[in-house]
Amino acid sequence: MTAQTQPATQTVVQRRAGIRRKQVKGFVRALLIHLMLIPLAFIFMVPFLWMLSTALKPDSQFYAYPPVWIPHPLQWSNFPDAVTYISFFLYLRNTLTIAVLATIGALISASLVAYSLARIPWPGRNFLFIFTVATLMLPFQVTLIPLFVVYSKLGWVNSFLPLIVPHWFGAALYIFLLRQFFMTIPMELSEAARIDGASEFRIYFRIILPLAKAALATVAIFEFIARWRDYLGPLIYLSNQKLYTLSLGIYQYRSQYGAEWGLLMAASVLITLPIILLFFFLQKTFVQGIALTGIKG
Amino acid sequence: MASTVTTPPRVSMWSKPRTRNTINGLLFASPWLIGLAAFWIYPTLASAYYSFTKFNGVQNPQWIGIQNYIDLFTNDANFWDAVYNTFYFAVFSIPLAIALAFALALMLNAKIRGQVVYRTIYFLPTLVPEVALALVWVYMFTPVSGIISAPFQYFGYRGPCWLTCAAWSRQTIILLALWIIGQQIILYLAGLQDVPQDLYDAGDVDGANFWHKFRHITVPIITPVIFFHLVTSVIGALQFFTIPYIMTGGTGFPANSTLFYSIYMYKQGFQYFQMGYASAMAWLLFVVTLIITLIVFRTSSLWVFYSGGDQK
Repeated sequence: MTAQTQPATQTVVQRRAGIRRKQVKGFVRALLIHLMLIPLAFIFMVPFLWMLSTALKPDSQFYAYPPVWIPHPLQWSNFPDAVTYISFFLYLRNTLTIAVLATIGALISASLVAYSLARIPWPGRNFLFIFTVATLMLPFQVTLIPLFVVYSKLGWVNSFLPLIVPHWFGAALYIFLLRQFFMTIPMELSEAARIDGASEFRIYFRIILPLAKAALATVAIFEFIARWRDYLGPLIYLSNQKLYTLSLGIYQYRSQYGAEWGLLMAASVLITLPIILLFFFLQKTFVQGIALTGIKG
Repeated sequence: MASTVTTPPRVSMWSKPRTRNTINGLLFASPWLIGLAAFWIYPTLASAYYSFTKFNGVQNPQWIGIQNYIDLFTNDANFWDAVYNTFYFAVFSIPLAIALAFALALMLNAKIRGQVVYRTIYFLPTLVPEVALALVWVYMFTPVSGIISAPFQYFGYRGPCWLTCAAWSRQTIILLALWIIGQQIILYLAGLQDVPQDLYDAGDVDGANFWHKFRHITVPIITPVIFFHLVTSVIGALQFFTIPYIMTGGTGFPANSTLFYSIYMYKQGFQYFQMGYASAMAWLLFVVTLIITLIVFRTSSLWVFYSGGDQK
């Protein structure tokens, strides 16, 4: 590049002035970004803030004009009322059971399959990879009805099995992400271990998995949040109220007596809070994990 | 590569690297091989078969040829409403979501104070369970008395009727969907980590301004993410379900304007138990999804830029 010679001809004074100008420019730039981000951040927070505000409102203020942002008095009793109005803790336990078991299954199966596709040279693995990516294009609606028919024949409807078992057999997106990441680990590591007589499973478990923690964490978070928020799956497979997940359960505030906005929003806050904390503390791993796995294909 | 491992003499067939690799490869892939067959290939073929039958999910399917497809195309106004609403949603929400997510990611990538807090805030709506989100939106967007209508009232207007009239409901849902782009923002952020700093430095030295650097460095490097976002959001838009379903209870109120394809299919399959008919809808969706994705893939060589030779 022709410009490379330019800094050498600059005097020290010029360079210092340049640095100062750069600092000022950086400051102005940061200020501009804050000015754009703050109002937008408010818009993005509105649903949650309004949820929080309503969760603390007495009935009389739900449709007050002008709208009440900070309720007076703060009706904290909405929270205990919300968890007794529906079987909140039962639904919580159901949701956690499904989410945790599905996440474990997704991690184990996707990492094994990704290892096969990325680290073991066997004929047919490219074909399997293409097939895997192709399932990403298949709308869930296509498999929905036959799977429902199969599960009802197996007697799995009204149990957690349809919501857990499939996740133990791999999911294309996670296989894809982990494969991309496993490809970036130098092959020499595996070869050295093979020469030392390590089995393939040992290499997978002792070398590759520890190196892939960020990518695995990303997959775990994706899957956990997806199961935590899932609505359609429980809607189709769980009609027994004792098996309801939180997504299904909180609809009850609405259907029973019109809408219990205060209770509904209190419950929504309770459901959302753990996920927000999870994200806040793990967001760096999150971004890194995705950056590392590289979606560039 | 395993071929560099020197084969020791006198080995049984099973310990030959090639055979061993094949066995290991299949073993490691076995969960997915079973999963593919059981949860993807079989159901896909079965729903193709069901789509040519009259089937209520309990009794044996009865073969009726292409009658379901004929009915869909010639005899079902709801189907066409659902198709129209779904395409309307896809056509407007996807470009808006791409532009917004990319712009926000650019700002959230800047090293400024409060970066983590900002990122969490923009991800917030994505973390709220869709059911809760849909319900709080219904509440916020109540005409006249809802929080979103309050500013209109303040200036003496009644404000739009939002979700309660067909003139506004489609646009309102497009607007709402723009709130949940956290995952897309993260993807762009991840993509931005890949932009080599020395390219910007070189740009600085050459006297490139912000726009030049954006146009000629950032955008080309981020095109694979845009491509990925485009493909996944086409598929996502065609499968849009939970939010409109919760908002309206699946009724399509007002005037069928929130009847989306997935909702109508769900109703046919699981409320009216017309599972053959619903399967035909699923297959039509599949074919349309395939065609659109193929078109997007075909055009990708024109605008998607892959740096170096390090990609797969």
